[in-house]
Amino acid sequence: MKLAKVTSPHLHGNNDTSQVMKLVILATLPGLIALVWFFGWGVLINLLWAWVVALGCEALVVKIRKRPLGYYLNDYSALVTATLIGLALPPLAPWWLTVVGVGFAIIIAKHLYGGLGSNPFNPAAVGYVVLLISFPVEMSSWLPARGVEGAITPGFLDSLKSIFPLFGNVGVDVITQATPLDQLKQRPGLTISEIWLPGSAFGRFAGVGWEWVNIGFLIGGLFLLFRKIIYWQIPVAMLGSLLLMSLIFWGGSGSEGHGSPLFHLLSGATMLCAFFIATDPVTAAASHRGRLIYGAGIGVLIYVIRVWGNYPDAVAFSVLLMNFCAPLIDHYVQPRTYGHSKNDHDKSGDS
Amino acid sequence: MTILLAIFALPLLALIFGGILGFASIKFKVEGDPIVDQINALLPQTQCGQCSHPGCRPYAEAIAAGEDINKCPPGGEATIEELANLLGRDILPLDAEHGEEKEVKLIAYIREPECIGCTKCIQACPVDAILGAAKQMHTVIVDECTGCDLCVEPCPVDCIDMLPIETTVQTWSWERPKPAVELIASEHQPLRAEAVS
Amino acid sequence: MSISRKLYSFPGGIHLPENKLQSLGLPIQSVPLPDKLILPLQQHIGAVAKAIVKAGDLVKKGQCLAQPQGFVSASFHAPTSGTIVEIAEHEIPHVSGLSGLCIVLQPDGEESWCELQPIADFNAAAPAELVEKIRQSGITGMGGAGFPTSVKLSPPANAKIETLIINAVECEPYITADDMLMREQAAGVIEGVLILTHILKNREAIIAIEDNKPNAITAMQHALTGLSEPHCIEIAIIPTRYPSGGEKQLIQNLTGKEVPSGKPPLHVGIVVQNTATTYAIHRAISHGEPLISRIVTLTGEALNKPGNYEALLGTPIEHLLQLAEIDNKKLSRLIMGGPMMGFALDSTELPIVKTTNCLLAANSAEYPEPTPANACIRCGACAEVCPASLLPQQLFWFSMGGELDKAEQYNLADCIECGACSYVCPSRIPLVQYYRATKGELAQRSADLKQSDHARDRFEFRESRLAREKAEKDAKRKARAAASAKAQAAKKAAAALAEKEGGAPATGGETDMVAAALARVEAKKAEAKKTEQKQDVESTTEQKEAVTESVEAPSKPQDPS
Repeated sequence: MKLAKVTSPHLHGNNDTSQVMKLVILATLPGLIALVWFFGWGVLINLLWAWVVALGCEALVVKIRKRPLGYYLNDYSALVTATLIGLALPPLAPWWLTVVGVGFAIIIAKHLYGGLGSNPFNPAAVGYVVLLISFPVEMSSWLPARGVEGAITPGFLDSLKSIFPLFGNVGVDVITQATPLDQLKQRPGLTISEIWLPGSAFGRFAGVGWEWVNIGFLIGGLFLLFRKIIYWQIPVAMLGSLLLMSLIFWGGSGSEGHGSPLFHLLSGATMLCAFFIATDPVTAAASHRGRLIYGAGIGVLIYVIRVWGNYPDAVAFSVLLMNFCAPLIDHYVQPRTYGHSKNDHDKSGDS
Repeated sequence: MTILLAIFALPLLALIFGGILGFASIKFKVEGDPIVDQINALLPQTQCGQCSHPGCRPYAEAIAAGEDINKCPPGGEATIEELANLLGRDILPLDAEHGEEKEVKLIAYIREPECIGCTKCIQACPVDAILGAAKQMHTVIVDECTGCDLCVEPCPVDCIDMLPIETTVQTWSWERPKPAVELIASEHQPLRAEAVS
Repeated sequence: MSISRKLYSFPGGIHLPENKLQSLGLPIQSVPLPDKLILPLQQHIGAVAKAIVKAGDLVKKGQCLAQPQGFVSASFHAPTSGTIVEIAEHEIPHVSGLSGLCIVLQPDGEESWCELQPIADFNAAAPAELVEKIRQSGITGMGGAGFPTSVKLSPPANAKIETLIINAVECEPYITADDMLMREQAAGVIEGVLILTHILKNREAIIAIEDNKPNAITAMQHALTGLSEPHCIEIAIIPTRYPSGGEKQLIQNLTGKEVPSGKPPLHVGIVVQNTATTYAIHRAISHGEPLISRIVTLTGEALNKPGNYEALLGTPIEHLLQLAEIDNKKLSRLIMGGPMMGFALDSTELPIVKTTNCLLAANSAEYPEPTPANACIRCGACAEVCPASLLPQQLFWFSMGGELDKAEQYNLADCIECGACSYVCPSRIPLVQYYRATKGELAQRSADLKQSDHARDRFEFRESRLAREKAEKDAKRKARAAASAKAQAAKKAAAALAEKEGGAPATGGETDMVAAALARVEAKKAEAKKTEQKQDVESTTEQKEAVTESVEAPSKPQDPS
């Protein structure tokens, strides 16, 4: 009789990487619904198109690397990357924008560095940054959200045609508008009354629509926290530091005032970043304290770049910059091992 | 006036920083081992002479004097890498002229009934790991043998074997699992156990 | 009930499906004598015991078969009376699947005991005497690695033992051996604790039991209240969380103290003993019986009659599995020990040993073949559950990349291999195997380094010896050459003188005197030369002896200083 000889432990829990990935994708649902509601079907089309591109790229690379296809596609990690990019793209982004962004993320940022788990930089953030730098016009062409004066939310067919010109010309002229964050940066000199004018892009506490999108992602994030897919340290540290920065530098009313704390927390991709992008464990710091530092760093950078930098939103840049720091943080912030005194650890860390 | 200021300021700065640098180079000087000792510490100390030097230390001295770092078969790739790191040289493939890297470590065993007691192996052993006297049977002290092969050649009756060390319960250890990709890439789905055994 | 103790906590840990009920249905079962008993000489950590019987010997039950060799070593005894069939290589129950020397005993069915020497009143006995008795009884830790108990009970003279902890936690799923032992032999266990307290003179004794064993807790509390004498024993009920029974975790849980890395618990004034070991100590002292049997939990889906069996050491596993009505068709994995830290066996011919607390005969539904691991996504689930607060995923990357220095720096040595990290890993990476392999590589590396240092010393010693010999030889040769040249010259002179003398015949007393004086000088010279030569010979023999000496005592290289 041949009995299996395997190493202990012989028991295994029910956790599963692909399950984790699926739950992450599922958790984006509230945010996605809000995006679709305020910006039209283009968001969903972008997302699905991004999935197709991601799977294609993944399959291509795996084939080239002569690795088993099913094994790699089964982990759903490519879909997570694609989802994050898809959600971050402007609603009517032309199809090739998605191809470039997702392709770059999957092929270069992920697989060239060794594939899932070995990439030092968050693929979604890399893909987004590449697009932002290379195609600033396309990337800043957001639609005005439903509810903003003069906003027309395109229907499904119009969105499809707009994204894929192959399907014919768009029937209506779609007006594009800068995002609230962009407006805050580009149009200084507005007074508080002008900003909160009914019909402007600013809603009750942040941008029209954006506040609900962010609340949607917040709900999804809380779900992930509840399911212990992500740990609290990064979102809390990131949102906390962003809140602190915006409190300290809040210049009161008007667009010179850098925006209120609530505005910063609920604008742009803040919540998407806090719960979905920054928490990507592959590229984040590993220990508890490390995660706190990492998250706080992202929050500070987001504020700094938003307020004093050249780009309206700064989530992807901030994440990438902190990705650089993650190994350094890990090196210096190791938890104290059982039976070691603090000094022991410092010695071994420095040697 | 500004020109004059610049002319004075720059040398002054240069002087100050130069002074700081000079001070630092004396104050924070790193006292290292002599390089030969460091090299010698990386060599496997089999004293086999395959590098065509009479022992590891002479080779260490030769490396310090500029000789190639790829002449040590017992150390193999790992030693070459460490030496390259230490000396900031390029990693070279092992020079086949000096022998090949062995997969497992071998140890000399004397087939004792055949030994004629000629003491030739005793003289050849670089680490005095062979015990015996003229016209008496010789034996290898297993714990001391470095597996250098040098005793095999001189034996007139060819009674020395180079055998791998046996794994015991004390020395046995798990092997690293094979990467999952290799497991799937093969036709059947083997157990992790097969990767282990 | 005693006042409940303030508990601390330990980081990490996991909640596992317990699966303990299966084996709790029956009381402890006795095991009929098997056809043969296989007794490995290596039963535990430390030096191998030395057999003191030979094939063909008749032995009594409880007779010593093998003596310890060295301090960390233990004897063992004949589990029953019978004949020694052989002392030969046999597969031993070790994770490696290697063989070792075993004594094979054929029982005669008489079960006739050798003369037993119990210590009637342990309170009157000197602790050293009791420790010696425990050592003679071959008692080793019966829960984990099997460390000889007497070693743990011999603290250095200056050590002060504050706390004795009896580890009755049994945190691994499936295993119920200690649970059943406490239910049925609570008084014996308490007696063992009293003996240990007498030996160690500890201030307090804590019996730690997980809260999932209410029956055992009741039994122990009952036994404790029935105790007439004053005592310092208390029962601590700790929450069920794996690995709360790990020695270090238990200490942290009960006392809040941490055992410094690489040091024994003694360092913080604590001794931990397993329940079964404590009971064995009671049997050894109060009944004089050496350790010859133990309670083994037989469980798993492949068994129709799971339960706890009191088996003689050396009983072949096959015998026990038959008793528990194994269904061989179902059996896919046989594990000795628990599912978290036990090891898979590849044969049922193996015997049970002192540390065998459980045999888990699992079917493939319970324990499916491991699937190929996915990539590590550094999710950190492993770090959350690590009871030693390590960073398992970092260690995994270092291990995979063969970065031994890094692994060492991240305290791989403090990994207790509890398997919690592997259990929660969503990518199902066999993390513990990586750690074990890397620990092995680290041990190998340090052994290699030691050997290469040693080889260098020996090589340098040999070089200096050869140089010295050569220098000495040269010096001798020169001295000899000089001496012989001198002698030649003297001879010549003498010859010339003799010729002269011969040429000029003696002329009287004066010349005679001169000749006599010359002859004396000559004789002296000759003698001097002789002794010199003799010395020469002597010194070469000395030299030769030195050679052989240096060969014979090679591990003492010349001190370089």
